[in-house]
Amino acid sequence: MDPRTTLLDCLRETIHLTGTKKGCDHGQCGACTVHINGRRVNSCLTFAAMHQADEITTIEGLGEPGRLHPMQAAFVEHDGYQCGYYTSGQIMSAVALLKEPCGPSDMDVKEYLGGNICRCGAYPNIVAAVQAVRRHSLL
Amino acid sequence: MRAFTFKQVARQEEALLLSDAHAGASPGEVRFIAGGTTLVDLMKLNVERPSVVIDINRLPLDKIETTPDGGVRIGALVRNGDCAHHPLLQSRYPALSQALLSGASAQLRNMATTGGNLLQRTRCTYFRDTVWTCNKRVPGSGCSAIGGANRMLAILGASEHCIATNPSDMNVALTALEATVHLQGKEGERSVAIDEFFHRPGTTPHIENVLRPGELITAVSLPAPAPGSRSLYLKLRDRATYEFALASAAVVLTAASGRITHVRLALGGVGTVPWRAHEAEAALLGKGPSPEIFRRAAEAVLQHARPQSENGFKVELARRCITHALTTAVAGGGEQYGS
Ligand SMILES: Cc1cc2nc3c(=O)[nH]c(=O)nc-3n(C[C@H](O)[C@H](O)[C@H](O)COP(=O)(O)OP(=O)(O)OC[C@H]3O[C@@H](n4cnc5c(N)ncnc54)[C@H](O)[C@@H]3O)c2cc1C
Ligand code: SF4
Ligand code: FES
Repeated sequence: MDPRTTLLDCLRETIHLTGTKKGCDHGQCGACTVHINGRRVNSCLTFAAMHQADEITTIEGLGEPGRLHPMQAAFVEHDGYQCGYYTSGQIMSAVALLKEPCGPSDMDVKEYLGGNICRCGAYPNIVAAVQAVRRHSLL
Repeated sequence: MRAFTFKQVARQEEALLLSDAHAGASPGEVRFIAGGTTLVDLMKLNVERPSVVIDINRLPLDKIETTPDGGVRIGALVRNGDCAHHPLLQSRYPALSQALLSGASAQLRNMATTGGNLLQRTRCTYFRDTVWTCNKRVPGSGCSAIGGANRMLAILGASEHCIATNPSDMNVALTALEATVHLQGKEGERSVAIDEFFHRPGTTPHIENVLRPGELITAVSLPAPAPGSRSLYLKLRDRATYEFALASAAVVLTAASGRITHVRLALGGVGTVPWRAHEAEAALLGKGPSPEIFRRAAEAVLQHARPQSENGFKVELARRCITHALTTAVAGGGEQYGS
């Protein structure tokens, strides 16, 4: 592989996992968010060659129609998207947030999801979806 | 993006040998890559054009350790997010934790490292776009920002050759906390006080710091916090998150018997380098805290401000940032250590 290939381009163009999206390609939107060894990162700002031994999780690895991840189901239930382009990045961030030291309030969730931009402005429903999953996982 | 040779190293000596072998020709020909959040971004824009990229992520520089003098040593590869959430750093150096958490996004902080953050480049629009002239990118070509879009740029420490801001939040906190940067080169190790690490632009804006070609940052260390001191970081920006500072302040302060007995103040978003406000510190030391004293301290720094066509507002914004940060610190808003 050409060493210039970013992890994002490798996922989309080489492995054909197109669920991870390219928005800005410069770390400014969060559409390309994936998990590397369980931590969320922007796949557009790292080279694929740096991750040969790493475990990468994309939206495809979270769940599929018929067996959705609880966060995917919550985004559907709360209508946490409009055009859907940035949704996979939002969901990857939201799932990572469940294990991060994020405070309980809606403001805390907004801060922790601040690195994921949504041009449609579906933010209130995204926050509702995340809070619903967090409440449920406390039960 | 220019094609490059990619190398991965597992040992520090290997990294130094490689970087030394390829340094030389022109600066920037060889680059280490840590988090990649500055380097990959700028390589895509053809602003960084290394022919060799050395991946240093496997070097054992990812530890946070206490030092015998009661301070702490933060490895160059500690991720900004891990540093921000480290319990010891959060309790002893809250300004550092707050500064890191105020920067970028959670994803970027999982990637970004201590060493990379120290060396992050300016966000000046013209630096990032090769269509424009820029002395920092192409020495001697001219500065498009003077008289151009300079709202975000510096009011302190600029020259006729460059008015770009150092955009880092971490660097501001490290400056107030009097950090030391540890370097390793082919000639051996050396340590540089953070106040001497960065160069103001002068006539050579492309030379941003004391790092020699091929030299590796290994760690940053902090002295023990002053007993009874509080520290905090205040950042003012265009939106509430995921945005660079227009003005910011890191304060370390001790007040005893109604007097300020110890104070360190550094500013971000307004200087060409992380700005240590020595004159403000002198105006505060030994005084009883009051709005009037804080205002005078702010004035002591900002009397030197030279605003550009679009950023005159930063002078008053920085004044208010300083006075608000000091007021909060004295009122106990910052965390207190060792009381
Ligand atoms: C969209 C966006 C928003 C951001 N917002 C903020 C913000 O609000 N506040 C803020 O402070 N920052 C912000 N940043 C910048 C971010 O903090 C830096 O990009 C990051 O800290 C750089 O660290 P890195 O490890 O990724 O560096 P890299 O990109 O890996 O490296 C940067 C430079 O340092 C060199 N280098 C790295 N490590 C070493 C070493 N150990 N020794 C010698 N040289 C080394 C590299 O060769 C390169 O030249 C933002 C970035 C983006 C993309
Ligand atoms: S301010 Fe500095 S970085 Fe910006 S265009 Fe001028 S020389 Fe280049
Ligand atoms: S595509 Fe990576 S952050 Fe926008």
